Amino acid sequence: MTEALEAVVVGGGLGGLAAAYTLAKGGVQVLVLERGDHPGSKNVTGGRLYLNPVRPFLPDLWEEAPLERPVTREVITAMGNGGSASLSFTSNLFRQIPYHSWTVLRSRFDRWLGDKVGEAGGFVVPQKRVTDLLLEDGRVVGVVADGEEIPARVVIAADGVLSFMAQRAGLREPLSPRYAAVGVKEVIRLGEEEIERRFSLPKGEGSAHLFFGSITKGVFGGGFLYTNRDTVSLGMVVGIEAFRRSPSFQVPELLEEFKGRPEVAPYIEGGEVVEYSAHLIPEGGARPLKRPFGDGILVVGDAAGFALNMGITVRGMEFALVSGVLAARTVLKAKERGDFSSATLSHYQELLSKSFIAKDMRTFEGTLEALENPRLYDHYPGFLCSLLERLFYIGEGPKERLSTTLFQAMMDVALSPGGWKDLWDLRRL
Amino acid sequence: MKLEEKLALDFFRNDKESHIIIDQEKCRGCEGKICISICPGGLYSVNEETGELTVEYAGCLECGSCLVACPEGALSWSYPRGGFGVQYRYG
Repeated sequence: MTEALEAVVVGGGLGGLAAAYTLAKGGVQVLVLERGDHPGSKNVTGGRLYLNPVRPFLPDLWEEAPLERPVTREVITAMGNGGSASLSFTSNLFRQIPYHSWTVLRSRFDRWLGDKVGEAGGFVVPQKRVTDLLLEDGRVVGVVADGEEIPARVVIAADGVLSFMAQRAGLREPLSPRYAAVGVKEVIRLGEEEIERRFSLPKGEGSAHLFFGSITKGVFGGGFLYTNRDTVSLGMVVGIEAFRRSPSFQVPELLEEFKGRPEVAPYIEGGEVVEYSAHLIPEGGARPLKRPFGDGILVVGDAAGFALNMGITVRGMEFALVSGVLAARTVLKAKERGDFSSATLSHYQELLSKSFIAKDMRTFEGTLEALENPRLYDHYPGFLCSLLERLFYIGEGPKERLSTTLFQAMMDVALSPGGWKDLWDLRRL
Repeated sequence: MKLEEKLALDFFRNDKESHIIIDQEKCRGCEGKICISICPGGLYSVNEETGELTVEYAGCLECGSCLVACPEGALSWSYPRGGFGVQYRYG
């Protein structure tokens, strides 16, 4: 066996690369093992990145980062069967520089971040799949990569949502269907100017559009449409447990139906689909996680379940980046002490608790339960659409007062089964 | 757009052996076969002659939905070997 490296990172995603970048800058010998051709080649986002929470931890990266478009418009659409209602919001706050949120494509972005790790003095080795941990008396002392033993003082498990490594270390449960959603996505090329024309965007700006309602046929989930520089990311997310309870459709077909909706089709008409991807999303926060640290091991990003569905915003990437930095800071401390046991590595837990990561996870703890309510996907969007139909449509006969229509609608919600409970549940968001 | 056409857009480097192994004993009794409807690549099907579940692992997008959704624990699922499988160019 060769001499132990100081740190080995399993997985070249945002958590792993942010950790490696911080470690390399801090003078720690670090090796990132990435199973794909390059960092990012196995990674998928919807998606968008919120930068304000990340900047204090990684201040010097963002000027030249290959981000797509700053999001200056937010749109949410409730989809009924034959109609939809949208809320579109734009604000100069979203245009304030530095921009608070950007759309991003991971293959491009992660590859660039991997190069930054290299420039900082870290090593990124592609095409290396980690298959096991090296264990000694219950302590993690390295990894096994496709048969090759690689000893290390500390291992950072950044191996994503399924995290076989954190499971192997006994730090987390396997991902349960209730705490996972599957996302499917197409990247469609339209061209820069065409995107600005179709989405009515000022030059260089972007929009984020979420859809929920009948498109997921009563199942927890929704659709999204993000504008990238010259492509758009169009996709759908479906909760696995909810889908198992009523599997009335095929997931890939759901995306095709969504693309065919009149609310979506005009945006992508004539566009060239350039990629089809799928990925799991952790929806249960850190629930499957027992501890994010052990003897000789730390767990970051999706591997630790650091992701949140806040209803109108879905977040994960900034948790990955910052948990990576915090894990690296813990390793720097451990190196100083010359002790990589869980006694020292538990410092990571303290750093997490003080950060927005643990705080946001606690604040939005109950959101999943509120969002699992199937009435959010079939009943209410349909109800809203039929109310708006009644308000706007002029038939042959006399029209009732608007107040009468509205009052009737309110009574319908109040008297419907579960109506009051659902209103009460909204506080969880 | 057909699913096969979509998968043809992606770049794959395929290993000789499958990274998904189906335990047919455990799978047989399962009525729902949720893997068939959840797989984003539509890669699962039941062989009409043998009645056994098969997976076209070469088009696997490596999401793991089948593993998480399978109620019987019938799938032994690992990532493809280093350098193999799907290589996203956009992600």
